[in-house]
Amino acid sequence: MIAIVNYGVGNLFSLESSFNAIGHKVLVTSSPSDLKDAERIILPGVGAFGDATEKLFASGLAEPLIDEAKNGKPILGICLGMQLLFTKSYEFGEFDGLNLIPGTVRPIREVIPNDLKIPQMGWNSLTFTNPSAIYSRTPENSYVYFVHSYSAFCDERYITATTDYGAPLTASVQNGNIYGVQYHPEKSGNVGLDILRAFCEVGA
Amino acid sequence: MITKRIIPCLDVKDGRVVKGVNFQGLNDVNSPVELAKFYSDNGADELVFYDITASSDGRKIFTDILRETARNVFIPLTVGGGISAVSDFERVLSCGADKVSVNTGAIRNPSLIPEAAKLYGSQCVVISADVKRVGGQFHVFARGGRDDTGIEAVGWIKRCVDAGAGEVVLNSIDTDGVKKGFDIEMLKAVCDAVSVPVIASGGAGKIEDFVELFREVPKADAGLAASIFHFGEVAIGDLKVRMNDENIPVRL
Repeated sequence: MIAIVNYGVGNLFSLESSFNAIGHKVLVTSSPSDLKDAERIILPGVGAFGDATEKLFASGLAEPLIDEAKNGKPILGICLGMQLLFTKSYEFGEFDGLNLIPGTVRPIREVIPNDLKIPQMGWNSLTFTNPSAIYSRTPENSYVYFVHSYSAFCDERYITATTDYGAPLTASVQNGNIYGVQYHPEKSGNVGLDILRAFCEVGA
Repeated sequence: MITKRIIPCLDVKDGRVVKGVNFQGLNDVNSPVELAKFYSDNGADELVFYDITASSDGRKIFTDILRETARNVFIPLTVGGGISAVSDFERVLSCGADKVSVNTGAIRNPSLIPEAAKLYGSQCVVISADVKRVGGQFHVFARGGRDDTGIEAVGWIKRCVDAGAGEVVLNSIDTDGVKKGFDIEMLKAVCDAVSVPVIASGGAGKIEDFVELFREVPKADAGLAASIFHFGEVAIGDLKVRMNDENIPVRL
């Protein structure tokens, strides 16, 4: 069973539907014991980092999530859920994340040219920088759907793909059993479904 | 590089796509779910569902359709029509919409955009403006283009963006239905005024109109059309190949 962590941020209908479409049962849950029982965990998220991390810790789900991550369970953070995997974010202040991957979350404006729009909204292509099992079914330069104004900055060895938005931005990361994607695989058509399929095969 | 988006718009009334649809190979050409899936499979980058139902029964059918679409189609979905309160955002977002477009609702209720942006994030709030030239000025029209509000459009759109709208759909009433191309002048005026994505709507009649749009208005992010896609006058696959040939960044 795959658990989607429900900590009161964003709508999970599409995400749940995308797993159903590839033949996987998911449980949208706020229960720590479900996270323990799950084979894999999805950490979703939209909105602002501060609000999300506050809700995640207040829900009592952050600690079991960190425990499961340390036990080697495959975890996939999506969009803001990916950003939450990092040490700290500087979105409207300074907030602590789950610190499962060392790094910070900062405005993309710091690195992209001024004439590019914020957020990056739309389809952009993936450049692979390190091998990752989530791309076992995905050719390089495939397009995925992004909506973000902030990006993860971390050691290159954690970055598995970048996307070019006037500068290379972190598109996906991996630290052992912990995976993160900045884009929305559940909104990236068949390419996205293949990435979710591959995640479901990790360690299986 | 980020690509220019091609967006078919489906007007839905009582659970059916209105405006004639003419496709071979679809069992039910007026089924929003089937048509959405067809477009997604054939290269659409995003879909807009516009609810033109007036009755509350119709609203219920619409959200059922939306849910069924989101179960089967995995590209971004924007929903508009009849969005007048934050509760309408909740209603369609919980059924799988990714973005919600407001039009008359934002004119009647100035706090709608900031409230929705605070609750759901700017990326989720789209200002859709129906704009027409009146006495040498761009005016915002309400109620599906029927009522001249007298409000100057570029300033209005900019205020909506400042209030929290994260994307603009600019529909030119002057070019809508004429099929002689997008309203380049109006689009330039809006694209120069805002720094969020702008979707061009109204006037596309052929592939060259999209090429002209992205050539003349490089800041435009997407082109939206309805009947030319529904009638099969322009196939999205052909359109994208042509855009690619013209060095316009596109997802093939």
